[in-house]
Amino acid sequence: MRKTVTLGMAAIALTVAGCARKQAAPEVVPPVEQAPPGEAVAPGDVELVELPAAQADLVAKAGSDTVYFGTDKYDLDQATQATLAAQARWLIANPNVRASIEGHCDERGTREYNMALGERRANAARDFLASQGVPATRLLVTSWGKERPVAPGSNEEAWAQNRRAVTVLVR
Amino acid sequence: MIMLRTTILTVVVLATSAAAQEPPPVEVDIVGGGVKSAITIAVPAMPSANGADQGLGRQIAEVIVSDLRSTGLFTPIGPGGIGGYTYPQASNPDYAQWRAAGAADLVSGYVETRGDGRLTLACYVHDVTAGRPLANQGFSAAPGDWRRTAHKCADLVYSRLSGEGAYLDTRVVYVAETGPKTRRMKRIAIMDSDGSNHRYLTEGKATVTMPRFSPRGDRLVYTGTLAHKPRVFVIDIASGRERLLVPGGAITFAPRFSPDGRRIVFSMARGGNTDIFVVDADGGSPRQLTSAPGADTSPSYSPDGSRIVFESDRSGTQQLYVMDAGGGGQRRISFGGGRYASPMWSPRGNLIAFTRIAGSFNIGVMDPSGGGVRILSDGWQDEGPSWAPNGQFVMFHRTAKNSGATALYAVNINGGAPRRMPTPQDGSDPSWSPLQN
Repeated sequence: MRKTVTLGMAAIALTVAGCARKQAAPEVVPPVEQAPPGEAVAPGDVELVELPAAQADLVAKAGSDTVYFGTDKYDLDQATQATLAAQARWLIANPNVRASIEGHCDERGTREYNMALGERRANAARDFLASQGVPATRLLVTSWGKERPVAPGSNEEAWAQNRRAVTVLVR
Repeated sequence: MIMLRTTILTVVVLATSAAAQEPPPVEVDIVGGGVKSAITIAVPAMPSANGADQGLGRQIAEVIVSDLRSTGLFTPIGPGGIGGYTYPQASNPDYAQWRAAGAADLVSGYVETRGDGRLTLACYVHDVTAGRPLANQGFSAAPGDWRRTAHKCADLVYSRLSGEGAYLDTRVVYVAETGPKTRRMKRIAIMDSDGSNHRYLTEGKATVTMPRFSPRGDRLVYTGTLAHKPRVFVIDIASGRERLLVPGGAITFAPRFSPDGRRIVFSMARGGNTDIFVVDADGGSPRQLTSAPGADTSPSYSPDGSRIVFESDRSGTQQLYVMDAGGGGQRRISFGGGRYASPMWSPRGNLIAFTRIAGSFNIGVMDPSGGGVRILSDGWQDEGPSWAPNGQFVMFHRTAKNSGATALYAVNINGGAPRRMPTPQDGSDPSWSPLQN
């Protein structure tokens, strides 16, 4: 297990180093697919690549990659802040990865509203991570609304698990 | 661009004969619509002439029967179990024959092939009780589009006998859903409003939601996913070519066209705040219309393009607001109990359909000043209303508790139970097309 994580981190380091040789800025992300000829791709319109090994290391060291919210809420309670502070320490120690902070909602909201609410949750988590010293340029914010539940039930317990923000490591 | 150059993956055509086996419809009491109970209408097989396929006249009658039954206003009889008629009788029926069959009205006609190879359907509507013709019209189409001639004939019958505008020759775009609730695959699908000619416009690699037709029915806007973010795309239905509405990484969703098709209004979320923006349908810089702190979303234009209805939680809960198309004069219109969401302005302009959240989620309508609230559905979670082009029916989707199963329903705004729309898999986020030419 430990070995897998180490290898994963080495792979990230290699990839970033490869980028750095070609282009001065290591944070430039190579396009996953080629754009049609003649069409420029704007920053932010390029697919993200997830980093499963690094993600496992974040979970192991920070305790969790996920924080939870109350119904229709996006404020961070003390337990949430403690988890995010641990995530921030990991992110500061691993400066070569970016994090996509991804907000989710339970099913008991309308589709459009939940897109907005998920962004609020992700934004609240992002602001806290930034306040702990993670450079804001490394933190992306997004919302999945109610599109990606982890708990399938229609009850309070399932809904509580689905109201969350997940720190997804990417490059 | 990363996403799909869309290809058609599957075409599913539902068997037309299935309609004949459906149980008889529940009679509906239409308030103010002029129709007090379902009208018994005979739809015999149509004779073919001048080289048209002999079986086609019966298939066309079956489509007309299915369409008329779906309106909830008719009890069609035929084409099975009732007699036929000869080509000359199409315009000059034996009224006594249809009176004896128990019909109050009759749809007759004939099918023929023209010299240029196109198909023509001659459609006649008769008042059997009074023994007189009411309307007739001919419709021609390429042979492969024969179902559309049947829909046009059904529209003639429906509009002549109900006094309402046509709406049966339309299409529906929606999100086809498969897989378990925690790993749902979603694809944009398009079909005729009776479920036929079903095909997929996206491949299911990315999460897709909220497709909406352009006013001419030739393009869609929808919310796809790029770089893990909700992003609005514009897609040309015929070619499958698509593009990002707003390049540059912003979270954008809940798009709708303006009634002239020249602009697209949508939501953009950043910094924990969601506002409504408008941009030219062909691109350019978005212009911000709302700036109040809160979630401003689900914008929908009035049919004259002068106003926009939207939802906002700026008061603390989701409520409906109306503003000028330029963003001025924002005022709340919903004041009843519960929360109000996902409004859509009727194509007639006289009503706004919405989702009301008060324990359960239900579809309702109100007038644009906020009065006259009527709730039309009674599911556990019904949401996302979309108007038929005649402003008489609203389609929405219903989600089942626990299973998460979704299905499309249409309801007459004047009453009656919602009817389930035929889709090959689960479906959500329907958008009803304009009437086809």
